[in-house]
Amino acid sequence: MSPRLNVRKTYKLYVGGAFVRSESGRYDRALGADDEHLANIPRASRKDVRDAMAAARKAAGPWAARTAYNRGQILYRAAEALESRGDELAARVGEARGSDGAASAAAEIAAAVDVLVHYAGWTDKLPAVLGGVNPVAMPYLSFSLPEPTGVVGVIAPDEPPLLGLVAELAPALAAGNTVVAVISERWPLPALDFAEVLGVSDVPGGVINLLSGRRAELAPALGAHRDLNAIVDAAGDPELSADLDRLAAETVKRARHAPAATSYEAATDDALARLEAVTELKTAWHPVGA
Amino acid sequence: MAATDTPRTRITWDYAPAPESPDHVRLRDSYGLFIGGAFVDPRDGQRVPSINPATEEPVAEVAFGGAQDVAAAVEAARAAQPRWAALPGRERAKYVFRIARLIQERARELAIVESLDGGKPIRESRDVDIPLAAAHFFHYAGWADKLRYGVAGRETAPYGVVGQVVPWNFPLLMAAWKLAPALACGNTSVLKPAETTPLTALLLAEICQEAELPDGVVNIVPGDGTTGAAVVRSDVDKVAFTGSTAVGKDIQAALAGRGVGLTLELGGKSANVIFEDAALDQAVEGIVQGIFFNQGHVCCAGSRLLIQESVADEVTAKLWDRMRLLRVGDPLDKNTDVGAINSAEQLERIEALVEAGVEEGAVRRSVACDLPERGWWFAPTIFTEVAPAHRIAVEEIFGPVVSVLTFRTQAEAIENANNSRYGLAAGIWTDKGSKAFEVARALKAGVIWQNTYNKFDPTAAFGGYKESGFGREGGAAGLRPYLRVS
Repeated sequence: MSPRLNVRKTYKLYVGGAFVRSESGRYDRALGADDEHLANIPRASRKDVRDAMAAARKAAGPWAARTAYNRGQILYRAAEALESRGDELAARVGEARGSDGAASAAAEIAAAVDVLVHYAGWTDKLPAVLGGVNPVAMPYLSFSLPEPTGVVGVIAPDEPPLLGLVAELAPALAAGNTVVAVISERWPLPALDFAEVLGVSDVPGGVINLLSGRRAELAPALGAHRDLNAIVDAAGDPELSADLDRLAAETVKRARHAPAATSYEAATDDALARLEAVTELKTAWHPVGA
Repeated sequence: MAATDTPRTRITWDYAPAPESPDHVRLRDSYGLFIGGAFVDPRDGQRVPSINPATEEPVAEVAFGGAQDVAAAVEAARAAQPRWAALPGRERAKYVFRIARLIQERARELAIVESLDGGKPIRESRDVDIPLAAAHFFHYAGWADKLRYGVAGRETAPYGVVGQVVPWNFPLLMAAWKLAPALACGNTSVLKPAETTPLTALLLAEICQEAELPDGVVNIVPGDGTTGAAVVRSDVDKVAFTGSTAVGKDIQAALAGRGVGLTLELGGKSANVIFEDAALDQAVEGIVQGIFFNQGHVCCAGSRLLIQESVADEVTAKLWDRMRLLRVGDPLDKNTDVGAINSAEQLERIEALVEAGVEEGAVRRSVACDLPERGWWFAPTIFTEVAPAHRIAVEEIFGPVVSVLTFRTQAEAIENANNSRYGLAAGIWTDKGSKAFEVARALKAGVIWQNTYNKFDPTAAFGGYKESGFGREGGAAGLRPYLRVS
């Protein structure tokens, strides 16, 4: 009997809840630690960025309108789904990193699961922490509540490829935003595998959109998109950061730059600051009496 | 449209002049820059008169700072910062409380100078600007020794030296909104008042002296846009700006990649939404308050009036009747509703946009009133037959001009209200509570007023969505822009 031929995976972008090829038809080669060819990945284009933005905008209203409890459960469900495929993902990440990568890969995926759980628990606490009733000196019930800013662009760091992405993704989602993310350019496979985890969890299509390809091409296109509300940049490239700031100024986008999160602690110790960066505060005045 | 003709509307009630006397005001002939606790001559700046927009007469001469002056002010603030931040919170608090109390003591003088320098009706500077400025300092003074409670228990540290640039529409109040939280949090400041309205900020400098605030904690450098740009480009740790969206974008771009903190409170084209189930007479008062308050020189002015079609004619007729009763004129007269336009430049801007409104096919009506011969004035104006794409429905006019659009359903009202690059404020007029809450939630704006408009309080966060800026002023949220947390 001849040995069984394995079935290779065709990696795709994750846009609007669907797995799609780049509209450009281009691809890049994902390489391992020793530059061995692991797989081909789609090389997303500026048009893919625009498509992802449209999907994220379409999903933004319904996602924000879900109850905090529901959004919390959906994020928790994503953590469950990642946990259940953790070994497999860790093996893939470890494989790519070479002989000593297995242990660190397992730790990274465990941290990513815990980060998702952490932020799943934020959805129904954020209003109590950031909002409240304002004791105004007039006969009004005045209160301030956090709301999502809308669509958030995430520029993920190269490393760690999964945790670095999840650490920026999770707070944006917990605060009620939808996300378009440019994933690790050097190690794209873990994030693209993670897209499959999301695909079978309950995260609605369009809430998370993941693009692989060249950061230098995609990040400015995302940062320049006039419908984007905020940009979260963890790529650690000062030149890119300054460019993203200048692009943000064109439509007064909120911009946050942060180092790549390399541990659970780094992703959660400043959780409130991460949430604040993608949150608006709305103050409402309603009459009392009269 | 003709006013409703009834025996009552034919009665004319005339007011005798009721001017507030400026005798109590003690202004110097000339003011230097307030740097390091003293009024000093400008190094590379110049002296210019500050003009009363109601008379075109100079009120006093002030120094405008140049780049070297700004650098000197930043240096003074830098030198003062460590000791100011190291003071126990309760001691910092007492300084800020002193400022609040001194503003209350000098309220009458401040109100008159505000109206002289900026053209706003004395009724507003007396009842709104000055009391709110004092209240703001009073509120934030009490935060100085409770900062961690305001940021969910996190460790706090001040930014350091903050550069603060404020507009001409609420000169003292905006200075208070900037300085009070900055000082409470342990920052020192270089504040640039607006080109056309520097005087009350300079009186505030005197108040800082009288409060014995340590030298260099507050530095006030009047000037024009060049001075403002120098502040932005100086060695400050954080910039806070209130003003136009265009300038806000320039500032954000100028700070790109520098890691300097930034908060922006920018322009607006706020929707004031009138539903058919609103108390219409009350709504008309609210519309007037929303757009003619401070001559419409209000970033959150209700300049896009959205009226449900079924009551659009009725509301528009009532509004026009009410507008014709507005008293336009001497800002110092206690009966004046609408004062002078702040500057010739702003008047030109208003006139240009109003002209565009007419050219694009909207129907203009301006109240026929006797405007003083000198000074800068614009009669309260309403546009009907406005299309959503007209410039007067899209661009900020910043004057006493309201554009009326209509809608049929609640969903259409929400869509139209949100169809703007701005998102500062909105008004909702309905007597149905559940509807008000539902619409308030759907509107993309930082402040929502139900059955009222233009209400401000130091405990209530204020600030915009989208291109109306980011960061909040007021309440605990107003501390965050002035603190690093960990």
